[in-house]
Amino acid sequence: MTMSSRRRASTILTYVLLVLVALLFLLPMFWMLSTSLKPETEWFTRSIRWFPQRPTLENYAQIFESAQTPIARWFFNSFAIASAVTVLTLVLDALAAYAYARMDFPGRRLLFALLLATLFLPGMMFLVPNFLTTFRLGLLNNYIGVILPPLAGVFGVFFLTQFFQTIPKELEEAAVIDGASAWQTFLFVALPLARPALATLAIITFLTSWNEFLWPLLILQRVELLTLPPALATLQSSYSSEYGLTMAGAVIAAVPVLVIYIVLQRYIVQSVATTGLKG
Amino acid sequence: MATSATRSEVAPRSTPRRRQFSVTPYLFILPHLVLFTLYLGYPFFYGLYISLFQFDYLRPERTLFVGVQNYLSLFTPGSVEYQTFWNALGNTLEFVLYSVPLLVVLPLGLAVLLNTKLPGRNIFRAIYFAPWVLSVSVVGLLWWWIFQSQGGLINYYLDALNLPEPRWLSSLPWAWVAIVVATIWWTVGFNMIILLAALQDIPGHLYEAGAIDGATGWQMFWRITLPLLRPILLFIVVISIIASFNLFGQPYIMTGGNPQTPSGGGGTEAVMMRIYDEGFRRSRQGSAAAMSFVVATLMIIVSYANFRLLRQREE
Repeated sequence: MTMSSRRRASTILTYVLLVLVALLFLLPMFWMLSTSLKPETEWFTRSIRWFPQRPTLENYAQIFESAQTPIARWFFNSFAIASAVTVLTLVLDALAAYAYARMDFPGRRLLFALLLATLFLPGMMFLVPNFLTTFRLGLLNNYIGVILPPLAGVFGVFFLTQFFQTIPKELEEAAVIDGASAWQTFLFVALPLARPALATLAIITFLTSWNEFLWPLLILQRVELLTLPPALATLQSSYSSEYGLTMAGAVIAAVPVLVIYIVLQRYIVQSVATTGLKG
Repeated sequence: MATSATRSEVAPRSTPRRRQFSVTPYLFILPHLVLFTLYLGYPFFYGLYISLFQFDYLRPERTLFVGVQNYLSLFTPGSVEYQTFWNALGNTLEFVLYSVPLLVVLPLGLAVLLNTKLPGRNIFRAIYFAPWVLSVSVVGLLWWWIFQSQGGLINYYLDALNLPEPRWLSSLPWAWVAIVVATIWWTVGFNMIILLAALQDIPGHLYEAGAIDGATGWQMFWRITLPLLRPILLFIVVISIIASFNLFGQPYIMTGGNPQTPSGGGGTEAVMMRIYDEGFRRSRQGSAAAMSFVVATLMIIVSYANFRLLRQREE
């Protein structure tokens, strides 16, 4: 009796704690949404109102209409760049990973060790020289200048190499015996089997690219070329204390990733848990 | 019969092919390797090289070889770079010191809280992790608004409770509190997920054995859970230190590096902001490259020291 009532008390206590912590995570996001839906008169009020009294989309309308803040264009830029980075990362990393995992060739160990070594080098070392390379290639203010550097990353190559190594070799050997070339074996046997790993890598790459702040801030200097994260800083300086407008911009940048997260939550949480990729 | 026929057919074709040098593997790795070389291999050396020059990409004709001068001036009190660089590096180290313990202890607490079989557990897990999918600029803007002196949520409630209302974003140490809060809110879920996965890997029979021996929950946490988590905690400490060293977006958006301190330099200017300013606003890329190599070396040393320290304790 006392045991079970004590257990029930501890269950209730755990739930109370869980809910309180959940509020700490949810309320700031709700406040951002709520502010974005408030007319100017409600931004500063004597008593805080969690819900807008007169909900309106005028903040959204204003940033969509203003030539100073081409948010539809920014959204498109972010989407185009993140999509390109994701597709190209999958192609390049799958090709490379398959060779590192399954083919024997002179230099394989050395090259793989070189890739591994760069995981331990802080990214800030590459900032200035990569900016200069981008400039020399004439890729400042060019999407390609933003898309190329993340493709050099080695995380995806490692992640997929590990996955390819877990696929039983017999399947590929059977394909080779049937006369398939290395290319065909890769395309028709290994790749379909790697679909879960490719999906995980795609989600993580898209999120990372969509959220990237510093590199596009450096490379894209013309307002209409910006992606959303650096554009929000521009928005902040053009509407310094017009919080309804800045929050509307933040909501627009947040919604796509939150939707992806809600739909693919299990996948995303699982992939972080298993890969523990670098923050 | 049929199998042996196939084998004899295949064998002569495949054996010599395996011995021969084949260009195929190189074709597979080539596209990635080209970009890897261009953006991760070459810049390592080019960065070192450029750090030996006084260099501005917009005025290449003024390029001047200065040897280790860019490094020396970082270590010469009284030079232009000295004050601002060490101010920013000091700020960053302070931030590492404030944020990393919280980014280890809080996720551990949340992971333990979630490591039960209670219904709805996965929903809470999903909520705690959610901010991690947002961009730093969304997180920065959001907390910049919440911490505003005028109209901000925090000061509204402090006022309601008759507590003092600091000017969060423009005074010290409050600006750091705001930046640390935003950072924790943003990234605590990431470390939590990794720790939770590690907790779930601990075999249940260890706790059953502990319970039979009469151990309390607290004792089991210290004697069973923590020792088994040590390798993953080490990993969390190292990645959190690296992430905190790279602090940039939060102060860039929330404080702009302000307030200015009497000794010169921004009170919340992180070292990445200093490098950004030096290289891309003041257009002194040689000096900025030197700064990033000094900081990167420091990061590698700190990570390695941590690794050794925690490894030793494990043995």
